[in-house]
Amino acid sequence: MCVALPGKVIGLEGTKATVDFSGNIVTAEAGLVKVNIGDRVLVHAGCIIQTMDDSMADELEEMFREIEDISVGG
Amino acid sequence: MAADNFLQTVIEELKNYDGDEVRIMEVCGTHTAAISENGIPAMLSPKIRLISGPGCPVCVTVTAVIDKLVELSLTENTCVLTFGDLIRVKGSKMSLADAKAEGANVRMLYSPMESIALAKENPAINYVFAAIGFETTTPVYAMVIEKAIEENINNLKLLTSLKTMPEVIRWVVNNAGGIDGFIAPGHVAAVTGEGVFKDLAKELGIPFVVSGFEGEQLLLTIYALVKMKGKGGFKNLYKKAVTPNGNETAQKCVDKYFECSDSSWRGMGKISGSGMILRQEYKQYDAGSAGLDEDHMPPGCSCEKVLVGKISPNQCPLFGKSCTPDNAHGACMVSTEGSCYNYYISGRH
Ligand code: SF4
Repeated sequence: MCVALPGKVIGLEGTKATVDFSGNIVTAEAGLVKVNIGDRVLVHAGCIIQTMDDSMADELEEMFREIEDISVGG
Repeated sequence: MAADNFLQTVIEELKNYDGDEVRIMEVCGTHTAAISENGIPAMLSPKIRLISGPGCPVCVTVTAVIDKLVELSLTENTCVLTFGDLIRVKGSKMSLADAKAEGANVRMLYSPMESIALAKENPAINYVFAAIGFETTTPVYAMVIEKAIEENINNLKLLTSLKTMPEVIRWVVNNAGGIDGFIAPGHVAAVTGEGVFKDLAKELGIPFVVSGFEGEQLLLTIYALVKMKGKGGFKNLYKKAVTPNGNETAQKCVDKYFECSDSSWRGMGKISGSGMILRQEYKQYDAGSAGLDEDHMPPGCSCEKVLVGKISPNQCPLFGKSCTPDNAHGACMVSTEGSCYNYYISGRH
């Protein structure tokens, strides 16, 4: 019931959002989080549960920085 | 080190790792599915073992809940609404799919929100949604209740078997043990905030890493956990979706309609404080969820051991023989988030 990867909001009408998952278009309830068209969102059981913070640096770069301090080879 | 080089190093190190065995549990069923879709197990040294935990909601639902749903579905003017996978899980006599074949009114929905329109369109039918799930799904049920109240809908109830992660993780550590690190569930953490898992890591002295669901994210998470083995600690590698405090609107909505309760888990029994039930003031929306504790496995099925990592699916004598996705004995082979199903489809025989 969980869609693993984020989708993109392409339409919004009241608390109903249209979300594009790589061409697969679904309707999702947007009452649990404030969304705007263009946001990348996580959808679970037909509801948007969170928006992705795309202002953050590139995801992988960010992850590398997080784990760089763990000793390599240990 | 440049990102590409670093990823390459991670991939090589995970493949060639030759230290002490590291047992890593992914708690969330969606991670279990993502791990097999991305072919992660084949990319790891045999000394790095991935173990699926109790985070597949269909798998941990006890027999009594299925039996109650079957009973309701066979009641006059009643229709049971459910997510797809739950329909095929056997109760003590039959599954909801069996009941449907005998004429019971059972419908599969993609989202609990769809039940609002159905209840409005058919006021003579009493709808019961099979409300299973974890911290990610409970807010959706809270919204269903909110809408039902707003729109004065009186023919929609929930049969709840709602569960929370921290208590069952504690249970696994204290009762099954042998886990060196946890891949913390990304979507649960998106709702609850990272703090829940940070606190658990500290309390249990076992490392937790919050992960997204893409192959590279999972590999980096596993790499981090291998390095953190024996040291404890916490990392959030899914910061784009998981903030320190999570989705506070969702948390408030849950808190308005639900309260903490004990809950019974397949293979683990009743775990104190590990569930959510409707608050007393909203009990008119409950279809009889209290006291549904009884549980028994189909004959020969070892789901209860698989769910807590005591055995891997291929150690079950029925795995891949009489038990396959087309002829599933236990819930772990029925659910697309189940450990047995994912072992089977990704050829981990
Ligand atoms: S392989 Fe089938 S019978 Fe064995 S534990 Fe898994 S679901 Fe149960």
